[in-house]
Amino acid sequence: MNTAVQVVNTRIGIVTATDLEQDQSFTRTLGEITSPNARMQCRNINVWYANKQAIKDVSLDIGKHEVVAMIGPSGCGKSTFLRCLNRMNDTIPIARVNGSIKLDGKEILDRGIDVVPLRAQVGMVFQKPNPFPKSIYENIAYGPRIHGLTTSRTELDELVEISLRRAGLWNEVKDRLNQAGTGLSGGQQQRLCIARTIAVSPEVILMDEPCSALDPIATAIIEELIDELRAHYSIAIVTHSMQQAARVSQRTAYFHLGDLVEVGPTEQIFNQPQHKLTEDYITGRFG
Amino acid sequence: MNISLLLLAILAMMVLAFQVGRNRAVRVVGGHSHIRHLHSLPAYYGYYAALWVGIPALLLVLLWIGLQERVITILVVEQLPPSLTVALSDGHLSLLINDIKNLATGNITSGKITSEIQAAADHYHQLQSFASIGLWSLVFSIAGLGMSIAWHRTQPAFRARNRVESILLLIMILFSSLAILTTLGIVLSVLFESIQFFQKISWTEFFFGIQWSPQIALRADQVGASGSFGAIPLFTGTLLISGIAMLVAVPIGLLSAIYLSEYASTRVRSIAKPILEILAGIPTVVYGFFAALTVAPLIRDWGEAIGLTVASESALAAGLVMGVMIIPFVSSLSDDVINAVPQSMRDGSYALGATQSETVRRVIFPAALPGIVGGVLLAISRAIGETMIVVMAAGLAANLTANPLASVTTVTVQIVTLLTGDQEFDSAKTLAAFALGLTLFVVTLMLNVIALHIVRKYREQYE
Repeated sequence: MNTAVQVVNTRIGIVTATDLEQDQSFTRTLGEITSPNARMQCRNINVWYANKQAIKDVSLDIGKHEVVAMIGPSGCGKSTFLRCLNRMNDTIPIARVNGSIKLDGKEILDRGIDVVPLRAQVGMVFQKPNPFPKSIYENIAYGPRIHGLTTSRTELDELVEISLRRAGLWNEVKDRLNQAGTGLSGGQQQRLCIARTIAVSPEVILMDEPCSALDPIATAIIEELIDELRAHYSIAIVTHSMQQAARVSQRTAYFHLGDLVEVGPTEQIFNQPQHKLTEDYITGRFG
Repeated sequence: MNISLLLLAILAMMVLAFQVGRNRAVRVVGGHSHIRHLHSLPAYYGYYAALWVGIPALLLVLLWIGLQERVITILVVEQLPPSLTVALSDGHLSLLINDIKNLATGNITSGKITSEIQAAADHYHQLQSFASIGLWSLVFSIAGLGMSIAWHRTQPAFRARNRVESILLLIMILFSSLAILTTLGIVLSVLFESIQFFQKISWTEFFFGIQWSPQIALRADQVGASGSFGAIPLFTGTLLISGIAMLVAVPIGLLSAIYLSEYASTRVRSIAKPILEILAGIPTVVYGFFAALTVAPLIRDWGEAIGLTVASESALAAGLVMGVMIIPFVSSLSDDVINAVPQSMRDGSYALGATQSETVRRVIFPAALPGIVGGVLLAISRAIGETMIVVMAAGLAANLTANPLASVTTVTVQIVTLLTGDQEFDSAKTLAAFALGLTLFVVTLMLNVIALHIVRKYREQYE
């Protein structure tokens, strides 16, 4: 099923007149936007903040057991796109989204869809580690409690342990589960946030520059973790680091000024980019 | 007398000194085109000269005003013939001196004018005009001296800017310590009066006695003159009214803060918040009318309708209105701390599928709790110290009761009652007001310190 041909640029009345765009006017996404084993299918997503269009007709699949990296210069709309996938843009009053996003074949953009179960299925990890000012245990137990996932204390204890183990944090914190989550180091806090997300057993995990506030060692640990998590979850990650995208992802999508310029297998994007803009960005000519 | 004229003269001299100092600085380096050879801008040399002219002269004037009267009085008394002064007590002597001064300034005197007194008055008058001339000439010579010092120091390498700035710094330190010293002065004066009180009435009776009737006999054989100074009924009355006020203010203030900061649209917020804060701007005396004339009769009528006995000045009425007054304190302080909870906490909670109310209850409220507690403590100290509403709406009877429908009195009401009217200032009755004031001060100070500590500790968490 190749829908790339259908994706035609239909911008309305917005002219982004940078030199680059005048030189190489964008017409349609290059490469393979679909995934053979798609978990999420996004088609023709447009996002406006008030009157400014942040994303223009973006279509992209996120496959099962796959890490999709989104790269591009600041303000290109990659984070905005990510926030569409669990409807976090709903929390911004001026944001408007249209298009179609299907999770396991079910439309999620309808107004009538409840975001509560959706966000349990599509978890999110943020740029800055944001543990709640509660104990480590309570940070993990928060999600299962609000969704009523466990019925007894022992079950909850187990779930907390499993989640912390998956996030590779169990051995470091097992003796101090009652201490504040905010007392951990930056890298540990970020893994705590990942564990918190895992605890509500999502299918997809969205990561918005999860390592940009961390040092290189903590970053390496998280990257390793992402690779392990791929066995259980679909992962979409926004990153500013091209090396990171190359290390952790199977597919890479390049965004530019709200357009999805090119998407394809990570190796191909980095070795033989088709679009001039992608090539310029990859080779470090701008961005 | 003509001190204001003198101050004007000093001001004029300072302006003149500024001009002279600035021009001198420019001339020292040889004109405007060379001012970059000066260490500072020419105006700083002007300020430097003006300060040298003004400050010593002003200090002299202050000192002179403080001492002139005393020195002249001593000189006049020494000149009086011993036959007049030897038999006089201190009180009579000061009456005599008053007569002399009145005579000298042409006012009416109390006693007969003898030739000795007339001579003393003339002497007084003469000394005063002498002093006046002395002050003027001294001020001018000191100003001149200052000017010449500034004149000589005005050299290209002289760091006028640094000097002027350090003098300004000194002046600022002086003024800010003035505010602190005033507070210290208030505390000390209340403290000394309280010590006097506790010499008359034992502190155990004051803090643990349950009978308050601050009466002191004017005559030894007066009926019903035995006073009792047990302040417990006042403390419980204060607690009862503050407690009712907090029962009103905390839920309403907190819920409106949560609504305004988490749920309300920007439009609603921009309208509702200022309106809520208007409550804080209403003079407390107006709340007092409202409590005494509207709320209290209303409560009494309702109480009677369901068969309760309600005093016309019930604790409930005062407490309710005080609660309304405190709502903006609680709501705006809580609003601040709720807004200080980082957006990332909310995002983290929403991203886990929490609803807005779950986020508020389980993440935002616990995170903001220390700050909210601090705000509530500040509101309590405000409630305890509140005077006008309770003076108008609470009673005077010091009943020891927990019944909100009864009339109680508070510490502040009793302070007002004790100090209004004609009083002897060394009777236990009057001094009791200072002891009450000290107690109130210590309690609210402690509450404020604890509250500020909590608020500050909370702020550090997110910075």
